[in-house]
Amino acid sequence: MSRIGPGGAKARPKSVLVWTAVAVVGAVAWGVLALSRGEKISAIWLVAAALGSYAIAYRFYSRFIARRVLGVDDRRATPAERLDNGVDFHPTDRRVLLGHHFAAIAGAGPLVGPVLAAQMGYLPGTIWIIVGVILAGAVQDMVTLFFSMRRDGKSLGQMVREEMGPVGGAAALLAVFSIMIILLGVLALVVVNALASSPWGTFSIAMTIPIALFMGLYLRVLRPGRVMEATVIGVALLLLAIAGGGWIEGSPLAGAFTLSPQTLVVCLVVYGFFASVLPVWLLLAPRDYLSTFMKVGTIGLLAVGVLVAAPHLRNEAITSFALDGNGPVFAGSLFPFVFITIACGALSGFHALIASGTTPKMIQKESQVRLIGYGAMLMESFVAIMALIAASALEPGLYYAMNAPAGLLGTTAESAAAAVGKLGFVITPEDLRAAAAAVEEQTVIARAGGAPTLAVGISEILSGIFGGTGFKAFWYHFAIMFEALFILTTVDAGTRVGRFMLQDTLGNIWKPIGRVSWKPGLWGTSALVVLAWGYFLYAGVSDPLGGINQLFPLFGIANQLLAAIALTLCTTLLIKSGKLRWAWVTAIPLLWDAAVTLTASWQKVFHDDPKIGFFAQRAKYADALAAGKVLPPAKNLDQMHTVVVNSTIDGVLAAMFALLVLLVIGNALVVCVRAVRAREPLPTAEAPYVESRIVAPSGLFSTAVERRAPAYAGAAEGTGTGAAAGRDGEEAQAP
Amino acid sequence: MTPRSLLSFVRWYVREITGEAEYDRYLERHRAHSPTPPLSRREYERLRIDRRDADPGARCC
Repeated sequence: MSRIGPGGAKARPKSVLVWTAVAVVGAVAWGVLALSRGEKISAIWLVAAALGSYAIAYRFYSRFIARRVLGVDDRRATPAERLDNGVDFHPTDRRVLLGHHFAAIAGAGPLVGPVLAAQMGYLPGTIWIIVGVILAGAVQDMVTLFFSMRRDGKSLGQMVREEMGPVGGAAALLAVFSIMIILLGVLALVVVNALASSPWGTFSIAMTIPIALFMGLYLRVLRPGRVMEATVIGVALLLLAIAGGGWIEGSPLAGAFTLSPQTLVVCLVVYGFFASVLPVWLLLAPRDYLSTFMKVGTIGLLAVGVLVAAPHLRNEAITSFALDGNGPVFAGSLFPFVFITIACGALSGFHALIASGTTPKMIQKESQVRLIGYGAMLMESFVAIMALIAASALEPGLYYAMNAPAGLLGTTAESAAAAVGKLGFVITPEDLRAAAAAVEEQTVIARAGGAPTLAVGISEILSGIFGGTGFKAFWYHFAIMFEALFILTTVDAGTRVGRFMLQDTLGNIWKPIGRVSWKPGLWGTSALVVLAWGYFLYAGVSDPLGGINQLFPLFGIANQLLAAIALTLCTTLLIKSGKLRWAWVTAIPLLWDAAVTLTASWQKVFHDDPKIGFFAQRAKYADALAAGKVLPPAKNLDQMHTVVVNSTIDGVLAAMFALLVLLVIGNALVVCVRAVRAREPLPTAEAPYVESRIVAPSGLFSTAVERRAPAYAGAAEGTGTGAAAGRDGEEAQAP
Repeated sequence: MTPRSLLSFVRWYVREITGEAEYDRYLERHRAHSPTPPLSRREYERLRIDRRDADPGARCC
């Protein structure tokens, strides 16, 4: 039954014609991107190149992976069918699961990374986002999802331990935990940079807390389970809060919401602690509903905006920073740093944590890993393309004035305009003041982190369609709010997940800590986790060299190294299950990812340019400090001290991540060699074969053959019996 | 696809994705497996959301 799929076995003339047309559109768009030099091109070409390539890749490459490489078998019952308990295991309609999975993987990453990578021009980013997702990112998500599904939804860490051994398992666990801490620190830093001295933004974000508490109580006490009602009320209140922020800004209350970065750090750390110890129903769950709704809505809005407004790209195709590696936003040349920076939109290791665990326990049919694993990642990649367009449509002078570190730009419009001029771009102090006034912010200078830049880009695009220039400030704060909202949701959930990991690990040493309900253990581990990411956040805001400049590469390296662990696991499992000849499907992305990431780690640790190498930087500032000198951009000896401490810690972390990943890869190599030499396939932890009794479509739309099957589950409620076939949504399912 | 069927699809989809349909599924399941009276909506939703205390579900970057 794995043969059931769109198009059937033989190619029909109509299908050949359609796919040829898609290929031609994609190829023409790529041609325009490649050949245009000097003239400003329309963003539509980027969109066409992306969508054309995604369609071809999904239709052909993902089908090849599903059928040949993985051998998905729809006669085999999935864990959702075998272990159906109506709680965590239950067969869920593929379209619903696609929505859940997409909401879980998409976040601020694909929005922020491409904005920073726009420093290298739009072309390198576009190529990597599209090629990377097709050959690496979507493959990783789909293959991890498949293997976890075959193992009853085991987590990445469990699979590494069971399939490779305790050494690799321990290394993977430690890597996952420390990577998560860096992730939370950097994401929180993006929020702080977006909210610092912005009463409008701070007020609207602060209001999300009472709104979430209200929704929590509504769902608990007033109308249990009416999520839609609560969400509609919540979103309405949220829009009011955004509009209210504009009023607060001009009122005497503005002072109370104008916070320094340091104060915001304290607020976030305290908030993170409470979010982790309070019951989920009160804060985390309602906030999650809000953020998911806003996420999907805004991404949709942005897609409409980009298509309708079709802005021209003002950014260059490839900037000089890509080649000489001295860009102000982040240092280092195109290889490897563009790949490190874009991370989430092309290949994201964190997705392996989602693709193993929750999603595989709910999948109806094995063949659906293609739609959910590969398909959802293509959608995320498209989000990254839109973010790149929004950033590249901005005037380059404004882009650099917003994204270069404060140490370089100074604090006044004049100093910033002069600094941008030195970089080779033109912007006048008046332009900078006008840009800030248009979005009703005090300043747009040195607002690194990607979120403010993207918000300006989004406000340009959306105000062109909805509301005109008078709405620029609203759309700007709308965009800031939605980014901050789902970053904070990630921080909530991440702190909690980190706390569980810590409790689990420490529980091996001292039993009571492992008990989820033991309050002192819960408070202690929560505090440890928030203090850990809080440290990086604080280091980020106080670093004179610019927190984003220093920490974002570390975040990218961490994410990509996690991808290396996931791809290593996938390759090992392919080889162990006797599919050595198909192992290249994950081995090639692994080799590329390892080459990129280990080069980047190597450079961050050993490079002798203090702008790139953490230890070279440390030496430079430590020597000056010993001589009692102050090096700019540091302003005093205290700041010199900060630089020395931060660069030491960052350097040690970069080295540690790389070593952990090398340990996992080494462990995998031993297992792979053993598997290749063995006469019989090595034992794996795969769950035994059980015959499936349900039939459900593989693709987004059901085919006629699938609908005729007697056990067809269609859009039934997913009870797994197929008895209630085709109620509700079924008749809406036009092919 | 008629507007009406589109509307019913959207309604079905939103109920599924927000988890509002879960209580109905629970009732159906409970009736099939057990003669005891099922939990009320309030009790069920309380249990359902409290399960997330132990498994908040990861959110990615």
